[in-house]
Amino acid sequence: MNRRPIFLITVLCFGFAFFYIPILSMIVYSFNASRLATVWGGFSTKWYATLFSNKQVISAAILSLQIALLSATCATILGTMAGIALARFKKFRGRVLFSGLITAPLIMPEVITGISSLMLFILMAQWIGWPASRGFTTVTIAHITFSMTFVATIVSSRLIAADQAIEEAAMDLGSKPWQVMKDITLPIISPAILSGWLLAFTISLDDVVITNFTTGPGNTTLPLLIWSKVKLGVTPDINALATIIVCIVGLGVIIAGIVMNRAEKRRDADIRLAYRANE
Amino acid sequence: MAAIEQSDVPPHRKGLVSWFNRRGWSDIIIATPYIWLLVFFFLSFIIVVAMSFATRTPTAPPFSFGGEHPLINLDGYKRLFQDSLYIRAFLTSVVNALIATALCLLIGYPMALGLTRVSRAWRNILLMLVILPFWTSFLLRVYAWMGLMSNNSWFNRGLTSIWNWVVPTDWALRSIPMMNTNFAVVLVMVYSYLPFMILPLFANLEKLDQTLDEAAMDLGSRPFQVFRDVTLPLSIPGIIAGGLLVFIPAAGELIIPSLVGNSSQPMIGRVISDEFASARDWPMASSVAVALLLLLVLPMMLYTHFDAKAQERMKDEP
Repeated sequence: MNRRPIFLITVLCFGFAFFYIPILSMIVYSFNASRLATVWGGFSTKWYATLFSNKQVISAAILSLQIALLSATCATILGTMAGIALARFKKFRGRVLFSGLITAPLIMPEVITGISSLMLFILMAQWIGWPASRGFTTVTIAHITFSMTFVATIVSSRLIAADQAIEEAAMDLGSKPWQVMKDITLPIISPAILSGWLLAFTISLDDVVITNFTTGPGNTTLPLLIWSKVKLGVTPDINALATIIVCIVGLGVIIAGIVMNRAEKRRDADIRLAYRANE
Repeated sequence: MAAIEQSDVPPHRKGLVSWFNRRGWSDIIIATPYIWLLVFFFLSFIIVVAMSFATRTPTAPPFSFGGEHPLINLDGYKRLFQDSLYIRAFLTSVVNALIATALCLLIGYPMALGLTRVSRAWRNILLMLVILPFWTSFLLRVYAWMGLMSNNSWFNRGLTSIWNWVVPTDWALRSIPMMNTNFAVVLVMVYSYLPFMILPLFANLEKLDQTLDEAAMDLGSRPFQVFRDVTLPLSIPGIIAGGLLVFIPAAGELIIPSLVGNSSQPMIGRVISDEFASARDWPMASSVAVALLLLLVLPMMLYTHFDAKAQERMKDEP
């Protein structure tokens, strides 16, 4: 279109204002000296000091990070396997059920996932005596189950888009299946594995509902702690905590974006070089 | 990939590597995630469905099958229709989720279309800005709105003075009661789920052939006609995908209505959670959960049905 889409640009501006004004307002009010969280009372950083002296917050943050690291790593391994199975093994027994099991958790409301996991853990404890108590293990298992399906979806869509002929060529040239996997398939999907891990990590770090149902006494993750505080209303120290989290996550996403963008560009350049060398 | 399955490793080579090169390793790749999902997802799903037919008892865990009641106890499903609490909760959920989906479409469509019309460099930056709030904590995004909507915040005071300036003095308000209303629930849902609408729409609109637009313009169509007759019909798959991605989590939402919603008009997620945790009525909570799943699966099935039909029609037309 030759005309400048003024209407569309206006809507974009309003849309981004809508996205970012609440977050910016929260950041500004984290520096509010007043105890009343919504009335401005001068600049202060005292809520950050309060926050860092709060042992409960620190230990909840550490627990959340531990669960997120462990569950994201397991979910990435399981999800990558599932993604490869979906994209590359066309026929195996129970494939329909398998792809259903990959899709279903994505559309299942979190409340239902939460109560069904809790009932499963309670009944398993009764039937086979494991898990004996709920806490770190049960939360991690629930997070793995939930986020591995995201990883599987990302990995399989990447593999479906990739050219299968390369793998077949390697096989024809005498590579063993394991070598094909190691030298060709895994490098192709490594960006997808990385973004899958990041997604699994943030899903686990962010989850309230499923954690709330599957955790036990004494195992409060950071979102659960925030949840229990936020239910009572807006407080300035949560503003400070939110600001820290938003800054860390924002920085992480921007850095990851730049790194992946560069890797993509380098790969494209390599491919072009390879084509030119063959001409 | 048949070549993977029939291995041609000579039988004399033993050890881990050759074992991997046989059929075994592809079995491991399939079986490990499969078994995990069967145990931790499928089994728990079966338990919910079975539980919805159980009878509530004062034991721990609080249910039983058989006994004085028949093995299949339909009381939970009967109560869904008898107790108006459940019907009202379903209605509130569906209405809130539908309004939120419609508003997301109304805001998200022009935004997605705008994203396709800006330069490449801008597009990457703006796309990142769309995704960025999605990566930050969901809970904190809801919390940010709690701050904005509370009665003496700058946002609420600003809206109140605009309101008082516009309406007759009799209607003047000291503050606009936004918190704990369905309006707040819908607003925060739109805020939280808007990226889910924008991203699939953008993916769809980006693929459209811009020359079609130009052809229509050359043939004398006005921009609005081009949009109505060319762009909009071609973007229906994106609209449906985005709509489902917003509607499904919105209908089952628990956090948003608990924090900013009206507690006398609970949404269905809250009802499930309360039945389960507060009332300790596992069978009833499961019945409501199964009903909610059916409600969500129905639009999905309709979508796949129409999608398959559309695909067939595409194939028939050369």
